[in-house]
Amino acid sequence: MAEHVSLVVNGVPREVDVEPRRLLVQLLREDLDLTGTHIACDTSQCGACTVTLDGKSVKSCTVLAVQADGANVTTIEGMATADGLHPLQAAFWENHGLQCGFCTPGMIMSAADLLARTTDPTDDEIRHAIAGNFCRCTGYQNIVTAIRAAATTVRAGAAG
Amino acid sequence: MIPAAFDYVRATSLDDALARLAAGGGSAKAIAGGQSLLPLMKLRLARPETLVDIGRLAELKGVRRLGDGRVSIGGLTTYDEMLRDMTLHRYGLLADALPNIGDVQVRNRGTIGGATAHADPASDMPAILLALDAEVVVRSVRGERAIPIAGFFQGAFASALEPDELITELRLPGGREDLGSAYRAIEQPASGYSIAGVAAIIGARSGDRWGFCSVAITGVGEHPYRATAVESAILGGASFEAAAAHACDGVTVASDIHADREYRAHVATVQVRRALEAAAARLA
Ligand SMILES: Cc1cc2nc3c(=O)[nH]c(=O)nc-3n(C[C@H](O)[C@H](O)[C@H](O)COP(=O)(O)OP(=O)(O)OC[C@H]3O[C@@H](n4cnc5c(N)ncnc54)[C@H](O)[C@@H]3O)c2cc1C
Ligand code: FES
Ligand code: FES
Repeated sequence: MAEHVSLVVNGVPREVDVEPRRLLVQLLREDLDLTGTHIACDTSQCGACTVTLDGKSVKSCTVLAVQADGANVTTIEGMATADGLHPLQAAFWENHGLQCGFCTPGMIMSAADLLARTTDPTDDEIRHAIAGNFCRCTGYQNIVTAIRAAATTVRAGAAG
Repeated sequence: MIPAAFDYVRATSLDDALARLAAGGGSAKAIAGGQSLLPLMKLRLARPETLVDIGRLAELKGVRRLGDGRVSIGGLTTYDEMLRDMTLHRYGLLADALPNIGDVQVRNRGTIGGATAHADPASDMPAILLALDAEVVVRSVRGERAIPIAGFFQGAFASALEPDELITELRLPGGREDLGSAYRAIEQPASGYSIAGVAAIIGARSGDRWGFCSVAITGVGEHPYRATAVESAILGGASFEAAAAHACDGVTVASDIHADREYRAHVATVQVRRALEAAAARLA
């Protein structure tokens, strides 16, 4: 039996009828055409499918769409604004925080959860925060640099 | 990967959830954070006919101090919520273990009740609950019962929980000033699950003897267990190193692609010594 799911995705209210077994990642990619959220392992390990659910990072391949009913979901498509890229996106670009880019949407959403907790993370805290996100290209160093740089931008923005 | 089809109901209250689990007669399963159940359902290793979503039952969430000084953790409290809770900060072994369970995404959704009910033989929380001598409070349509953790874990993914029962609370002793505790684990690097994880509590020293020692081990045996041989050696005056040699006494040590029997048994010994040292250091 189809279940009705209402949720807010990237600030836009959405209504979708889904089978109970539909995963949040499928709802985002297939029902809402938001293909920025990637599927890699599909076994809850790699973090490529990370989005935020009511502000907290989750692996959307390990959440049922029905569990997200009533929630506020942000995907990579919701990060940039009319004013331009989100500080995390800009910092990944400027610091070569990506190579193939497959892990990047998930990395950025995990980093968004971190920056919501602290805007002054140490490198250890950054590494701990992205422990659930695998990158097969960069060796992580530039990702850590990018997140540190984004934190600085966010702090400067808050101070200014 | 897509789970087999199932019916979905979102419980509106604890009583509603219990009634639905009872009506399901074993083919209905609760889902909390889904961090263990959904991966199994996607692999079709679990195929419940009905999923009862307990994820929104506010009455099962949160940490509070009980009148008798004990601390109660609601079954639906997530690891992330536990990490942020000041009442739990004074449990050294929780402070050690929680930040290293899974990753942020898993801790944002995974719950202590789900981890306990799942009874994974390599899960971290069961060892901590065993070392603390916690109590598992469960409810069903038949009423409430409190299960001592000592008899709770009965095998790999097997526990004293009945299919229609929900874990409502985990009750921990209040925490004594004269005891120190710690958690040490060697993890399998990809999943983060423990190859050998050790929770230790030690203290009440008088003269040159320890008056209290509790050690529990996960990842090693068929289910997490209290290392009673280590405990009695410590109480009898043995050194940490000598006592740790008894980590696997009477236990059939698991062997798999991540760690064979000999290596895992050795790692258990090393982690017992390190956990005891760290627990004792917290007393100073
Ligand atoms: C990538 C990854 C890494 C992980 N790493 C670790 C790790 O390092 N250490 C570790 O210990 N664990 C680890 N885990 C497991 C994780 O801790 C558990 O999956 C989680 O805590 C289970 O809670 P849940 O709420 O998600 O349970 P669910 O998946 O919702 O449920 C699990 C089982 O418990 C039952 N259940 C749930 N809640 C209750 C309740 N209140 N009463 C009765 N039954 C209930 C369900 O019916 C189901 O059978 C990892 C998981 C993932 C996906
Ligand atoms: S695709 Fe979800 S964790 Fe890898
Ligand atoms: S940039 Fe290719 S996986 Fe991270």
